[in-house]
Amino acid sequence: MTALDITDASTFPSRRTEAWKYSDLRRVLKEAPQPSPSGVLNGPGAFDALNGDAIVFVNGVAVGVDAFVASGEQTLRLRFISDATSPEQAGTGHATAVQIAARAGAKLLLLETHEGRGGAYVAHNRLTIDVAPGAEVTRIVLVEEPADAISVTEAQVKVAAGGLYRQTIVATGAKLQRLETHVAHGAEGADVRLDGLYALTGARHTDLTSVVDHLAANGQTSQLTKGVVRDTARGVFQGKIVVERGADGTDARMGHHALILGERAEIDAKPELIIYADDVQCAHGNTVGNLDESALFYMQQRGIPLDEARALLTQAFLIEVVDRIEHEQAREVVRSWLTERL
Amino acid sequence: MLKINNLHVSVGEKPILKGLTLDVPAGEVHAIMGPNGAGKSTLGYALSGRPGYEATEGAVDWNGESLLDLDPAARAAKGVFLSFQYPIEIPGVPALTFVRTALNAQRRARGEDEVSAPAFLKLVKAASAALKMDFDMLKRPLNVGFSGGEKKRMEILQMALLEPSLLILDETDSGLDIDALRIVSEGVNALRSPDRSMLVITHYQRLLDYIKPDRVHVLAAGRIVASGGPELALKLEAEGYDQYLPAAA
Repeated sequence: MTALDITDASTFPSRRTEAWKYSDLRRVLKEAPQPSPSGVLNGPGAFDALNGDAIVFVNGVAVGVDAFVASGEQTLRLRFISDATSPEQAGTGHATAVQIAARAGAKLLLLETHEGRGGAYVAHNRLTIDVAPGAEVTRIVLVEEPADAISVTEAQVKVAAGGLYRQTIVATGAKLQRLETHVAHGAEGADVRLDGLYALTGARHTDLTSVVDHLAANGQTSQLTKGVVRDTARGVFQGKIVVERGADGTDARMGHHALILGERAEIDAKPELIIYADDVQCAHGNTVGNLDESALFYMQQRGIPLDEARALLTQAFLIEVVDRIEHEQAREVVRSWLTERL
Repeated sequence: MLKINNLHVSVGEKPILKGLTLDVPAGEVHAIMGPNGAGKSTLGYALSGRPGYEATEGAVDWNGESLLDLDPAARAAKGVFLSFQYPIEIPGVPALTFVRTALNAQRRARGEDEVSAPAFLKLVKAASAALKMDFDMLKRPLNVGFSGGEKKRMEILQMALLEPSLLILDETDSGLDIDALRIVSEGVNALRSPDRSMLVITHYQRLLDYIKPDRVHVLAAGRIVASGGPELALKLEAEGYDQYLPAAA
């Protein structure tokens, strides 16, 4: 497949492309959008309190640098700001490309926010993340966009020997919103956690797609994605784990669990394990359901009104993903960010 | 005072309670005994308003107010507390958070001020110590991974904190060993008071050795078929329920 280029409509995938079956970009975007005029950087980012360095894009233009190499222990805030508040900005598109690397032994906390303002826009972000031997990268992504925005974010992650990569994406949907992560266990003993969370209302759509490729032995992958959809929202989870020949000793686990809280809401889940090696441990689980009626009654019986009981159970369901974030301060930011949006 | 008059309750299309009449004056403990399938648990659910347990006829008055039109949370705020035979596990919600949310929701519904976090913590520490509960357990998700005895103690702790005026204990003794039964019973007995009514639903007489009832009622085939003093429970234990079963009537 040709790489997506928002200036060229012939590269827009439709549902005929298997990997885009549930997120038909061509249906919502018939032609290439006009390039976005410049936007304004205003307002704080969700992770400002954690300080560190920052890379900021406004409508595709880097305010400062657009690449970062971490050595030692560092925090990088990566802000993708889409400003479509004026009529001239509405319906326009912008793209970014960012390169991030963590040197051997470095420990990088990458705090990424997608901050959309105004109305319709098209955003395309590409990240490459290199995790050197023994390095550790934790990427946390909070995505908040207007209901009629379209965005595609693609991350290519390479993890070297003994490297550690942790990712948590929290998405609230848009007209079409896709966050795609490709991770390659390039050398022995890489350790990857790839988590996701979506909470969707209205007609919003989120697609969390990942491909993890175990190319070397003794790699570990642990994936947990949870979601809740209301109204006519649509959540898409596509998780593929490939264990190549020779990647013995691989331990890969994938879970996707979702709640459908609207009769017309929809979940499309496609977990895939493709295993060419012999000595591996792989498992996946996928459940889609509703809130437990007996739990709801129990809570009401103790005096908690039905709406509050539903909210509490929903939050409790989702928060498991947030609890897996090791960095305490970042975890608490994500927790309150999510709680405010449920 | 609880007044149940000619209560009919169906689950799905199936009538379970068929004209149940019962008065429980304030301050009294009444036991409801009966064979399996008599409608004992249905009575507890109908009084607390569980969806799917539909009152088709009759009335339930609690302190002069009709309960049947209220949703479960509103009934709880009026003081109705059902202790579950099998308390539900709530993953992801710490026990402390759960109880505080419930207490404050009830207080809001009654137009009272919410309890502050420090004041609540003080209340819980005292109540859990009285029940010999490990305080750290309350930081764990409610009932998740708790033993049968721990779950029942958690129910008693909630009673002690929510201070209901109508307590319905549904088979509280099930799944308890003798030590746990004693601790749980002591917890219930500590809550006996002149302005609190209790309905103790049980299949076996054993529990009534620990929680002494003022009155004992036999529930069979959806109605109260006999009432008496505590001696009735002993008679049932000796003779069984056969004489009250529909086939024998």
